[in-house]
Amino acid sequence: MNSSPVTDADLHAFLDGELPPERHRAVEAWLAAHPDARRRLESFREQQRALRRMFAPVLDEPLPEALIQASRPPAAAPRGRPRRPWLQLVAGVLMTCTGVAGGWIARGQQDAVGMAAVVPLPRQAAVAHVVFSPDVKRPVEIRAEHEDQLITWLSKRLGTAVRPPRLTAQGFELIGGRLLPGSSGPVAQFMYHDASGQRLTLYVSTENASNRDTAFRFAQEGPVNVFYWIDGKFGYALSAGIPKDTLAGVATAVYEQLERP
Amino acid sequence: MDSQTLLAELPRLRRYARALVGERCAADDLVQDTLERAWARFGQWRADGDLRPWLFAIMHNLRMDQLRKPRLDLVPIDDDVPELPVRANQSDRIEVADLAAALAQLPEEQRAVLLLVTLEEMRYADVASTLGIAVGTVMSRLSRGREHLRQILAGEAPSPQLRVVR
Repeated sequence: MNSSPVTDADLHAFLDGELPPERHRAVEAWLAAHPDARRRLESFREQQRALRRMFAPVLDEPLPEALIQASRPPAAAPRGRPRRPWLQLVAGVLMTCTGVAGGWIARGQQDAVGMAAVVPLPRQAAVAHVVFSPDVKRPVEIRAEHEDQLITWLSKRLGTAVRPPRLTAQGFELIGGRLLPGSSGPVAQFMYHDASGQRLTLYVSTENASNRDTAFRFAQEGPVNVFYWIDGKFGYALSAGIPKDTLAGVATAVYEQLERP
Repeated sequence: MDSQTLLAELPRLRRYARALVGERCAADDLVQDTLERAWARFGQWRADGDLRPWLFAIMHNLRMDQLRKPRLDLVPIDDDVPELPVRANQSDRIEVADLAAALAQLPEEQRAVLLLVTLEEMRYADVASTLGIAVGTVMSRLSRGREHLRQILAGEAPSPQLRVVR
């Protein structure tokens, strides 16, 4: 057996530690006398090292939110069509955040019927969240380091003063922001992340023609939870793949800061 | 199988998908499809079996389905940004850009075997069961894949061969 000629398959199996010990030693001895084969083997080793080096950074990349969601059992993160309509009212949040919640609920439901023809705000916001938040290299157009530029630029493009709220107390830092097309004009998106890399976006639209305020509403768009509300001409939507309760806490903080300019 | 064990497999699944498919978004889409199918076929997973080979096998089957389907070639919109960091390290004898281009020239079947053996350090027998092929086939594809890659990197290979469409 040991005297059988060393084949190409033997060389690869030798390299990968797949040979029985005896055969391994035989190939080793054979290699000592065959420098050409040794050079080929070394080039395969270098190939392997280079492949590992090249793809090692992937192991350290933050995981895209969509993949984190997809790791959860489907019951916890319904995919595809949400089980319930996009308009979901969260009574608890309504009561804590607004004084006249009852009236706004009824009006909100009317709005939902009236808005059926256009893409609803939470849907627009959720799509924008899903498109940009997994982006590792370019999640935003202007980063938080240039927050002044970001505010000036977005305020100019939206035709009204907009600024990102501080969410540090809620554990979220600003990454930056970008301009997006809404249904009829520009929309701003601010992106935040927490220490675990979890991303959260605040979508600010100035297209609310009806100009009527609403209470907080909750919508679930696939794996993304969205809290949204309308304040004068502004429509706000806060999106993240985080539990509803956590998101509600952040939404409250955003709402309070926007109320106190 | 639960969320935590699945999450722990994500970096490895993403690395293999990136190396196999090349483009980041398409690779992550493949991983996401894999996770969704894993949950849908949860009942088929043997609790005493290893999760990783099972997940790699699901990914392989999905990838085969993708390749069989006629598809539009998607051009990544951020193609001016390198997909992987390019190191300036002089001691790296094989340049990252050269290696990525060479890897992309390999036939997919050779690339898959090469990556499972070298990157994932799978045993030949596990590669065979993951890809649903014989161990002998694993060895011949590995041998051809390594040799092919070596020739491309050494500038010995002629222009990329036309692939026979079956």
